[in-house]
Amino acid sequence: MVPGTRARFFRGTLVSVISLSALDLTLAAMLVLALAGVTLWARLGVGRSLLIASVRTVLQLLLVGLVLQALFDHARLGWVALMALVMLAIAGYEVMARQERRFVGFWGYGIGAATMFVSSFAVTVLALTTMVGPSPWWEPQYAIPLLGMLLGNTMTGIALGLDRLTQTVWRERRVIEGRLALGDSWVNATATMRREASRSGLMPTINAMAAAGVVSLPGMMTGQILAGVPPVEAVKYQILIMFLIAAGTGFGALGAVWFASRRLFDHRARLRLDRLRPGRR
Amino acid sequence: MDCLLEIEALQTAQLGPVDLCLQAGELVQITGVSGSGKSLLLRAVADLDPNQGIVRLDGVERGHIAPTDWRRQVAYVPAETAWWGLRVVEHFPPGSDPQLALSWLALFSLPEESLDWEVERLSSGERQRLGLLRAFLNRPRVLLLDEPTANLDLENTRRIERAVRGYLAEQGAGALWVSHDTLQRNRLGGRILEIRDGRLIG
Repeated sequence: MVPGTRARFFRGTLVSVISLSALDLTLAAMLVLALAGVTLWARLGVGRSLLIASVRTVLQLLLVGLVLQALFDHARLGWVALMALVMLAIAGYEVMARQERRFVGFWGYGIGAATMFVSSFAVTVLALTTMVGPSPWWEPQYAIPLLGMLLGNTMTGIALGLDRLTQTVWRERRVIEGRLALGDSWVNATATMRREASRSGLMPTINAMAAAGVVSLPGMMTGQILAGVPPVEAVKYQILIMFLIAAGTGFGALGAVWFASRRLFDHRARLRLDRLRPGRR
Repeated sequence: MDCLLEIEALQTAQLGPVDLCLQAGELVQITGVSGSGKSLLLRAVADLDPNQGIVRLDGVERGHIAPTDWRRQVAYVPAETAWWGLRVVEHFPPGSDPQLALSWLALFSLPEESLDWEVERLSSGERQRLGLLRAFLNRPRVLLLDEPTANLDLENTRRIERAVRGYLAEQGAGALWVSHDTLQRNRLGGRILEIRDGRLIG
């Protein structure tokens, strides 16, 4: 063993990681500081937010590292479930915050959180029990990163889909009401908008799959390779994750768009834009 | 007195309570300053905005009629009709009779080819006439006309007035016509009701 490396086993194979020292991280931080200096000099006005974001990265990741370490040390289903719910709650908030015109009241939060819960949790549990198969199935080392990747991606897909839906429906309200007035159902009157919204929720995933490995090396695969996992093993994991993400994001975005478009109409098929908050200005 | 359209205590946040009885073949004009609630009244009757109260068509309460059927029978036509497709014919109600469309074109002084016209190239007069024509294809019992001639010249205004009068006589339908124009008021005739602060004054 080389000094400074730590031995680990990946499915029975010995893998090694070069442990990073404080000095290594400091060097990387210098690069960000240099960038901040340049943006300041060029008066881009982002220096402050760049620094705040860097500090947030350090603090948030350190915190989550500690939490994960504690979770791995005390692996119990209850703790894993709690962690999963906290992650869901934060992702739900993110989806809500990314809406230009979100629903008023509970549904502003509820639609995103509920559809993410159904899609991400279902796909994660399915993957853990049938495909990855750690024992116990909820082993935090597998369950939490898997759920995290799924939530992170479904979050984006659902937020994009919902945002596009509410924006286009708001913009096209004259057309929608014109069609309703001619006796069209709300399903017909919003068909193009729902399709467009679902598509914009799905596009990032489709693009990511199409470009995977050619344009970009996916983060998880890169991480596993850096950790010493044989590339072919890492690739198999990445394919699995990509498919899970596609399914989770796709079903999540479709569900959210359908659910939200139902909420935009009431039992008498009236377009209820009063259920949306006015746009930010 | 039998009403074709019977409105009792119709109310929204900014409107009413409103009571009204519209008889078959009748055209009732509704006037009032802008912001008094003319459009709100028509939208509430068409069930496009949340509202309370009782609305009956031929004695059947609105709640017993599916919203899509209700809006086919009680047709709301706004001052500016909405168009979403490329050609005129795409905007006709699904399942409507193309023969019927052709037979009504003459009533609106439109040529047969107009069904294939591109929406983008329609004049505002053609738009309004075709907008009314597509509503007629549902054979509505009641027309709710929200200043349908607001942006039109006299010739187009006359065409629309004639077409609506013709439709009411032929189908025994009724109409609520919101109008600003004093001359139009005299031309159309019939009962004239004023709406003030959301309430109807006879």
